[in-house]
Amino acid sequence: MAVRVQSEAFDLGVETARLTKGRHDVGAVASFVGIAREDNPDEGAEPVIAMTLEHYPGMTERQLEAIEAEARKRWPLLDCLIVHRYGRFEPGDPIVLVMTVSSHRQAAFDACQFLMDWLKTKAPFWKQEETASGQRWVAARKSDDAAAKKWSKPA
Amino acid sequence: MKILYFAWLRTEIGMAEETASPPEAVTTAGELIDWLAALSPRHGTAFEKRDSIRVAIDQEFAETDSVLTGANEVAFFPPVTGG
Repeated sequence: MAVRVQSEAFDLGVETARLTKGRHDVGAVASFVGIAREDNPDEGAEPVIAMTLEHYPGMTERQLEAIEAEARKRWPLLDCLIVHRYGRFEPGDPIVLVMTVSSHRQAAFDACQFLMDWLKTKAPFWKQEETASGQRWVAARKSDDAAAKKWSKPA
Repeated sequence: MKILYFAWLRTEIGMAEETASPPEAVTTAGELIDWLAALSPRHGTAFEKRDSIRVAIDQEFAETDSVLTGANEVAFFPPVTGG
């Protein structure tokens, strides 16, 4: 069980090895990596030069731990990892990593998606984007709320 | 109590945190918003967008009618946009 909030990059291979090394009960590892991207559907044409992620130290860790605990309650996970970065990122930079480890694939897939959907609406992070015309705070998306809501009933 | 601001609330108010001593009549998060909004023009402008403001009391999400009894830290911020 692990939750990390950090500015440094993460290494998917290293983290996968860390979660599975020496185990013979693991049948599935699902991972999601969220990456800063250039296109900006809200703005129309203007590409994103960079984004800065701000968070609420203390509350962030508490929320991520609560989200992880909820995933473990719902699915038979052998292990689980959430790494969320903060700071300034350019398109192509990885921002968030979610990994789930289980005996069978369905639990790993479902729990990984659940963790991301809940994280998007419950973890206190805020994105500020830089474009050629200046900086703007990213508005929350209704589609993210809808994605989180579909998990509101226990699986 | 410690008041924290994040994202555009921080930039609009011009500070990340402040210490506030609201009167006893201020018992809920919503009443705290009203009281903070009167502190300065910048507070007033930022807190005008009430529908876009979320609140956490002692690092747990709360509502505007949540009571402040015993709270050490109250944070105001827009809906989250991480991930």
